[in-house]
Amino acid sequence: MKVVGLLLLWLALAGAAPVRLITDISQNRIDIVYTFKGTELLVFGAIQYPRGSVPDERPGLAVVVRGPADPITIRKKARVAGIWINTASVRFETAPGFYAVATSAPIKTLVDERNAAIWEIGVDYLQLSPSTGYGTQVDDFTRGLIDLRRRAGLWSEQEGRIGITQNILYQARVAIPASVPVGVYTAEIYLIRHGHVIARSATPITIDKSGFERWVYVAAQTHGLLYGLAAVALALLAGWSAGLVVRRT
Amino acid sequence: MTLYLPIAELSVNWLVIVGLGALVGFLSGMFGVGGGFLTTPLLIFYGIPPAVAVASSATQITGASVSGALAYWQRGGVDVKMGGVLVAGGIAGAGMGSIVFRWLQELGQIDVTINLVYVLLLGTVGGLMFKESLTTLRRASSGTRRPTRLHQHNRFIAALPWKTRFYKSGLYISPLAPLLLGALVGMLTVIMGVGGGFILVPAMIYLLGMSANSVVGTSLFQIVFVTAATTLLHSVQSQTVDIVLAGLLLVGGVLGAQFGVRAARKLAPEKLRLGLAVIVLAVAIRLAIGLTWQPAELFSIFGPA
Repeated sequence: MKVVGLLLLWLALAGAAPVRLITDISQNRIDIVYTFKGTELLVFGAIQYPRGSVPDERPGLAVVVRGPADPITIRKKARVAGIWINTASVRFETAPGFYAVATSAPIKTLVDERNAAIWEIGVDYLQLSPSTGYGTQVDDFTRGLIDLRRRAGLWSEQEGRIGITQNILYQARVAIPASVPVGVYTAEIYLIRHGHVIARSATPITIDKSGFERWVYVAAQTHGLLYGLAAVALALLAGWSAGLVVRRT
Repeated sequence: MTLYLPIAELSVNWLVIVGLGALVGFLSGMFGVGGGFLTTPLLIFYGIPPAVAVASSATQITGASVSGALAYWQRGGVDVKMGGVLVAGGIAGAGMGSIVFRWLQELGQIDVTINLVYVLLLGTVGGLMFKESLTTLRRASSGTRRPTRLHQHNRFIAALPWKTRFYKSGLYISPLAPLLLGALVGMLTVIMGVGGGFILVPAMIYLLGMSANSVVGTSLFQIVFVTAATTLLHSVQSQTVDIVLAGLLLVGGVLGAQFGVRAARKLAPEKLRLGLAVIVLAVAIRLAIGLTWQPAELFSIFGPA
């Protein structure tokens, strides 16, 4: 009885809800194996309109794939006594290790500033939580951070790169470079009308090392001494056997 | 051709790494040096994180030095007592070095320090070698003989207490001198990922005054043990030893060394030394340029930590 009641309640709410997003991802888990050289995620789905009334107007969409946020320190080099050394630094508490956004239109026209800031749509709207430094310095270092991450392919914006079919189906491709940090990611899809987010859905993605890579990584982290001994043994064996071959020839 | 490195956390072209190992192996076979002073900067130029490059390079040097050390051991070219003192100093130095390494990492000055120490050491050693090999070459061509160097005593070292006899090295000196020398080299191994042969060998000859027949063997003996200890230290403390990276370097290094040894037989030793001096100076100048010219990128990311 309880189940039926819940089901009825859900149906009633679903009917009342204005729009829903149904999403799937080509891979819910990305395994980093020894041949890993980056991959591409396909995020796709459909927009479910109430009573099946599809509007004529093209929907506004943003697909955000983000990785775990970690505290990092950005340092800037300056010339001291003729050489370039790190001087000033700013710490950011929540800089995502990976952030990619694909949108159906330029971010400036798609979403208003308030919504962009709330949902962090666009690299410029990331909440990085600087915990040291002062006003202009933080701005300078934020630009430096964004620039570095962009060039590493870890932060990206692809404006107008969501494919939309019949105003219902959508799909976006997100490039994952080989240098991504491991962790639990989320793929978020935002439906936007007149600058406001009116529906959203989120799906988790796990990126982790697998097979031999995982084995080596876990061994190094948990059994440091044994791992080190194995590395030394490997080196000694390689050098010693090479020596034998040389003396024979 | 790409291979993902589990500890460095990036994918590399494995042919490039093996080739790099082979190049360094060729030079080390040719000149009888470990080649760590080339491996570490080249790995960093390629994009390997400096901490991983330094740690994995130490592992590779263990492998590169062991066959040489064994060969000298069998010929009786290792002064075990002297080697033991150097190793003891080296391991103590490695421990101190790792504390300094951590402290510099926290300050964010580790990269600059590594580069600066490289420039100073390689510049000095390369410059001295260059000068000496040029003089030798000029003497050889003019036919005059170099006056044989008398067994010389360094006044500071001679003044140190607890003198003991090192039979194979033909020395009666305080063990404090090789202990300090070993500690200095051990620190360099941890911080810079070098074996330190390019400092150890000249210091043993000119500072300690060791007899030439046991210098190279004893230096290799020390390098094998201290680099092995360094690998353990990095593995336990910072988990920065990439076993796959070290393996690739070893494969290349082992192959390259054979060709290097063969090539070395066809060249005069003075010319070899001149060649090595030129390479050492070139690396020093390249690093000095990196330190003094305005870098293309002023910002760098540290962490997550």
